[in-house]
Parts: sequence; C-alpha cells; structure tokens
Amino acid sequence: MEPLTWTGTLGAYLNPLLALFAAVFAVAAVAQFILGFVLQPGRTTANADGTLSVERGPLEWIGEAMKWSFLGIVLVVLAYLLGGIVTPYGTGGIIGAMSARFLPVWIALIATFALSITFKRRLGLYGKLFDSPIGMVGFGLVMFWVFTAIFGGPLDMIITHDPLSQVSGLKNKIPGVPVPGIEEMGVGAHYLLGGDNLARDIFSRMVEGAWIVIQIAPLATLFAFMVGITLGLPAGYYGGALDTFLSFLANLILAFPVILLFYLLVTPEIVATGIPSYMAAVLFLFPVIFLGVLLNSRYYTQPTFRTGLLIVVLGIAGFTYLAIISQRGTPLQILPNAIDPITINGGILVVFVSVVFVNAPTVFRIVRSLALDIQTRDYVAAAQTRGEGAWYIMLWEILPNARGPLIVDFCLRIGYTTILLGTLGFFGLGLPPESPDWGSTINEGRKLLSIYPHPALPPAVALLTLVLGLNLLADGLREESLKD
Amino acid sequence: MGRFILQRAGIMLLTALCLTFIVFALTNLYPNLEKLAKTQANSRMTDTEVVSWLENRGYLQPLPVKYGQWLGVLPGYVIEGSDGRTRARCAPDGVPTDDTPRFCGVLQGDWGTSTVFREDVAEIVGKRLGLTGWLMLAVMCVMVPGALLLGVLSGMREGSRTDRTLSTVSIVSTATPEYVSGVLFIAIFASSAVGLKWFKGTATSAMEDITFANFTLPVITIALYGMGYIARMTRASMTEVMTAQYIRTARLKGVSFRNIVLKHALRNALIAPFTVIMLQFPWLLNGVVIVETLFNYKGFGWTLVQAASNNDIELLLGVSVVSVIVVLVTQLISDIGYVFLNPRIRIS
Repeated sequence: MEPLTWTGTLGAYLNPLLALFAAVFAVAAVAQFILGFVLQPGRTTANADGTLSVERGPLEWIGEAMKWSFLGIVLVVLAYLLGGIVTPYGTGGIIGAMSARFLPVWIALIATFALSITFKRRLGLYGKLFDSPIGMVGFGLVMFWVFTAIFGGPLDMIITHDPLSQVSGLKNKIPGVPVPGIEEMGVGAHYLLGGDNLARDIFSRMVEGAWIVIQIAPLATLFAFMVGITLGLPAGYYGGALDTFLSFLANLILAFPVILLFYLLVTPEIVATGIPSYMAAVLFLFPVIFLGVLLNSRYYTQPTFRTGLLIVVLGIAGFTYLAIISQRGTPLQILPNAIDPITINGGILVVFVSVVFVNAPTVFRIVRSLALDIQTRDYVAAAQTRGEGAWYIMLWEILPNARGPLIVDFCLRIGYTTILLGTLGFFGLGLPPESPDWGSTINEGRKLLSIYPHPALPPAVALLTLVLGLNLLADGLREESLKD
Repeated sequence: MGRFILQRAGIMLLTALCLTFIVFALTNLYPNLEKLAKTQANSRMTDTEVVSWLENRGYLQPLPVKYGQWLGVLPGYVIEGSDGRTRARCAPDGVPTDDTPRFCGVLQGDWGTSTVFREDVAEIVGKRLGLTGWLMLAVMCVMVPGALLLGVLSGMREGSRTDRTLSTVSIVSTATPEYVSGVLFIAIFASSAVGLKWFKGTATSAMEDITFANFTLPVITIALYGMGYIARMTRASMTEVMTAQYIRTARLKGVSFRNIVLKHALRNALIAPFTVIMLQFPWLLNGVVIVETLFNYKGFGWTLVQAASNNDIELLLGVSVVSVIVVLVTQLISDIGYVFLNPRIRIS
C-alpha cells in the first residue's frame, strides 16, 4: 500500500496557495517591523461628524497586506483540516487523516466556544476572556489538549493503534508509513506520525500522553495551591515568628536545584524507604484542613448546621485522604484492601508528590505577600472590629480579594507543572519507561535525534503548545481582570 | 548596611547547613548505601556482607556523627574492621599513622573522593565548574542584552504593534522549556537526515575547543528560556516608567522621543530587571543540567546527573554545596544591588 504524504492529493491545490500567503505575510511582517522605526504612522484627522479618519501611508498598506495574507493562511489551514474530514481517508494526507481522527475534539471545541461566546456577558471573568483575542487563542489551545486527553484517554476515540504494542518492520519509520498486513485504506492503515525506536505508533502515544499530563498537572497545581494558601495566609496575617519560620522553610526548598531534588526524591531506593508516601501523607492533609477550616469559620455561628456539614464533608474528604495515601506495597497501608477504592500507580503518586512539593513554596510566597498587602485594607479592619475570627478574615475576606492574581498564577503554574513533569520524564524519573507521557517520549526520542528526529518532535510540539496556551490564557485573564 | 549584609550572610550559612544536611540524610538512607556497597564491591553480596562492608567503612555510624565528620567538626572515624584491616576516614588508602590528621572534612578543605570517577571531589567540581562557566558566560552575553533590548523596545510604546509582536515572542520563549527547544533546534539545525546542518548536535568537542558550530545550539537553548521572562519584566518596568510624571514633563518640554527613552527612562527602567537577572541564576542552573545532558557537554550539570543517578554521596554533596552557594549568593547580590541602584530604598 502507498505511504501517505503530508497533505495528500489536496496538497496539489493548497500547498502553492499556502506558500504564497506565507511568503507575503513574512515579507510584510519583516518590513513592518523595520519600517516601524523609520516611518511615521498615517496622519489622523478629526472630521466634523465626530469620526476620525486615518491617512493611508506605507505602514498602513503593509498592515493591510499582513492582515489579508494572515487571513489567507488561516483559510488554507482550515481547508486542510476540513478537507481531511470531508474527503475519504487518504485524500487529505497525514494532516487530513489526523484532523479526521480529532473530529470529536473539533466538535467539542466549537460547541464550547459557541456556547461561551453566546452567554459571555453572564459568565463573569470567564466570559470576559472571550473579549481578548490572546486569551481566546490560549483558551482554544488548552481546551484542544483537554478534549484530546478526555476523548483519547478514557473514551478511546482518537488513537489509531495501541500505544504500547509494537509492529515489526516499523521501527523508526517516517510519518505516513503503511502498516504491513492491512490492505484496506482506512483508519489504522498507516502510522500517521511514524514509528518510534520500539516500532510503536507515535501519534497514539502523543494522544495518550496528553491524558497523563492533563490528569496530573492541574490536580498537582491545585494541591500546591491548597498547601500554599493554608500556610501562606497565616504567615502573612500573623507575621512574627510563624512567618519567619515558614518563610525560612520555603526559601530552603526554593534554594534547592529542582533537578537535584527530583533525583533525591524519585529514585527507586528512596521510594523503597517510603519517604514519598510520608510526604504524601503530610501534603495531602492540607486540602482536608483547608476545607474544614473554610467551612468551620463560615458557619460556626450556626452550630447545628456547621456540625452536620463538617461531619459530612470531612467524612468524605477524610476517607478519600486515607484511600489515597494508603497504597499497597508502601509502608503506609492503613485501610484494608477491601474498602480501599483508590489505587494509584506508585510512580504517579511519587511524581505527583514531588511536583506539589516543588510548587508549594512559590505559591506560599505569593499568597503571603498578597495577604500582607490586603490585610491593611479597610474591610479587613471592619471585620476585625466586628469581632470576626482570624480564620474567617483570612479565608472569607482576604482570600476572595486575592483571587485575581491567584487565578492568573494558577494558569501559569499549571504550565510550569507541565514543564516539571516533562523534566522528570526527560531524566527518566518516576514514571515507568514505557509510559507514553510527553517527557519520557522526548527522552526516548532524543537518543537518536540527529538521525531520526521525528519520534521526539510530536511530544515536544504538543508540550510546547499546551504550555503556550496556558501562558496566553493567563495573559488574557490578567488583561481582562485588570480592566475593571 | 553592614548589619544587613551580616544578617543575610548568617541566614545563608544556616540555609546551606540545613540543605547539605538534608542531602546528606537522603543519600545516606539504607537502601542507597546498600546500592552503593553493591556497585562498589560486588553486586552479588549477601545482606550480612553488605552490612559488614558498610560498617568497616564507617557508613553505619549515626547520621549526625557522619555529617559532623564530613563537615570536619568531629574527628574522622578509625575503625578496626571485621576483616582485620584498620580503616580511617582521613587515610584513604591505608592504615592510619601518626601523621594522619584527626579532622578531615569540608572545613579542612577535604571534600572527599568520588566513588564513580575515583577522583578528588574538589578537583572534579573545579574542572566541571570551569567548563560550565564558559557556557554560562556565553549564555549571559546572549541572554541579557537580547532580553533587555526586547523588553525596552516593546515597553517604550505600550500597545503598539511592535509591542504586541515582541510580547508574543517573549511569551513563546517562556513557554518553551529547554528540552523542547533543544530537541527542536537539533532537529532543524543539526539533524543529519533532514534539516540545515548548520551546527553540531553535540557539544562534546566544545569542552576542548569552543567553536561557533558546536557551542551555538546549547547557548541559544538555555538563553531562550530565560530571555522571555527577563524581557517581560523589563517591559513591565519600562511601561511603568514611560507613564511617569517626569517623562510627561520631558515630553512637554519638547525632548525628542529617542532622548526620552535613552536619557530619561532607561536607567530607571533597568533597576527591576537587574534583580530578575540575578534571580535567574538558579533557573539557569536547571537549564544547564538539561542542556548539558542533551548536548553531552560534560560540565557541572552533567556531573550532577552522574552523581545523583549513581548515588555518589560525596560528589553529590560537593555539587549541592556549590549550587546552593550560587543560589544564595545571587540572592544576596540581587538584594544589595537593588538597594544600591534604587535611591528610594535605604536600609537603616
């Protein structure tokens, strides 16, 4: 059977168009950047009817050329993607075939954007995100990977081959190579992005890797935030010896080179001693404490309601906590297996704990400085005069007013956590070597990088786009939250 | 000022002690020692043999005692082993004599011996630091001017198209970790299958002879990740300065835009980036580890990976002492420099 080319038969019409638009765009962009320092923008004149008109100088014409050629590029790319979905398998080449595999993701993305833009005035800060183009691009990139993870991981709708199975003869083969033994043109007839050095499908591994990253990164960031908030608020609010001590601890962890810390925490010998399990036991306690204090400080004036609520919430949280930290084969096996519903792969737990541990001190410092700043405000003084408890002021007066910077930092930090996960994979730490997560795949691909670059590139680009999306999203959120 | 520096130095010393103790404790956990014994002596030793091997070499003393010996505040051990030989910490290859010093630790200048490279730790660390020094120097020469230029250009006219383009560039560069950009660069510029073949994909030859071809990719890879962050900080500080009252006064006075930027705004706008650049050192250390592993440049970061993956206790301690000192000293410099550069802050 024929190998697939990148753009298939559609490429014959679309490739020259794309090249043309790209060339015009590149020339215009460079020209605008250089001439922008020399030429003056066109003169603006105010008309009698209150409008402004701009004279078209050379800069404005270059701007127009850029705008239209960019539109052209977008249209051609859309044509590649749509063409792959509409035409039969193989016509659209590798890009078309991949686009067809991502069909559920496209539908989910379009639905999300359509709904959000329709109701954006009622959605608060999330809705305002759709006023900023940068924020929208970032949100789109992030949601693309989130949907890919969900549809590709548990729902199993995207991958073409099993990410762990090897097909002989496809070792290090280039993208679009046909799978031997399949005669019919259809899904699974080719390795869309080629084979890696163990002859596994790179495309399927990349999609599976998204599920691992999307599972760990946001949750680990959330836990780091819980730890940072629970310790940072009292440090900033009370100050004094508590603050000095906690800040010293935070600086201690921050002064460690991250990679050294990973090597010290994640090696199999250390895992055997159970240190990561004990750390998990301490770190995972913070969300439970946070929830308990949060609800108690809010409802302590209604003791009957408070007690019932706390019993239910802390019961569920406490049981989850015990189920997570008690794992078979670790020193902490508290719950008997029969009532332990959660089993986590040992490697994932260790990775999770070390990522939370590295992130928590930075969050602590941010929360501490925000608390220091906000506690001088009048509404805090008002609450103190009312006789509110210290934890009520911290959690229900200071924390909600610090939410803007915290949300922005949360987005950035998910990106940073993704980078850290990749770093762990890159050094082969924590996750098992056959795991399809992006860091491990890059690590495996880099060994033969100068001969076969294709196995390392898809996970690298995937990681780059996800982190870029999170950064742009954070930028958009910051811009929009500063507007009011 | 003197008291401030003293106080910071005290905290620094305490931090360094705590950190080395943590590293010491983690590397001296029993499973690690067992692995060490098996790699050093014989991989098929029985458990009792492992214990006696470790006992004879002083590894099973209490942790604080071992730490004190490493530090040089407690006398080194002299153990008559179960095999009849007497070993002493301060006499590495033989029976201790009367000339053998009692104390031999970091304070006496004895950093111990690497079990992987079979060399003096101080020697290894010195040599590797020298190699990394060249890398860092090149990175700083590329990164700092590049980042400042990027930040000042985009910050001087906030909201212009130049600003938006350059801001996007810096966001992209902060979103690209070293192992991603390194892989992309090798694939584009150095791959022998496809690509431009302008540079070399390894920097091993740069250890002897630095050339443009073998050193460009590692330097650019490290510089790129740090550059975006510094550029964004510079941009923020520049936009803040450009909206200040005295800039408006200068404008109304009729000073040209070029002079406003160069003479009035630049100096004040560069105070904040200075701190950020100093605080980038710990991050650079991370980047150095990744890039040296990726490009096989056997410097400090490469040594860290080797020491950590082989549980080479004394080398790992040496490496972590150096890196912790680098981190803490740069923090100190950034604090002091901030005070010196910014006339509005005075520490009493």
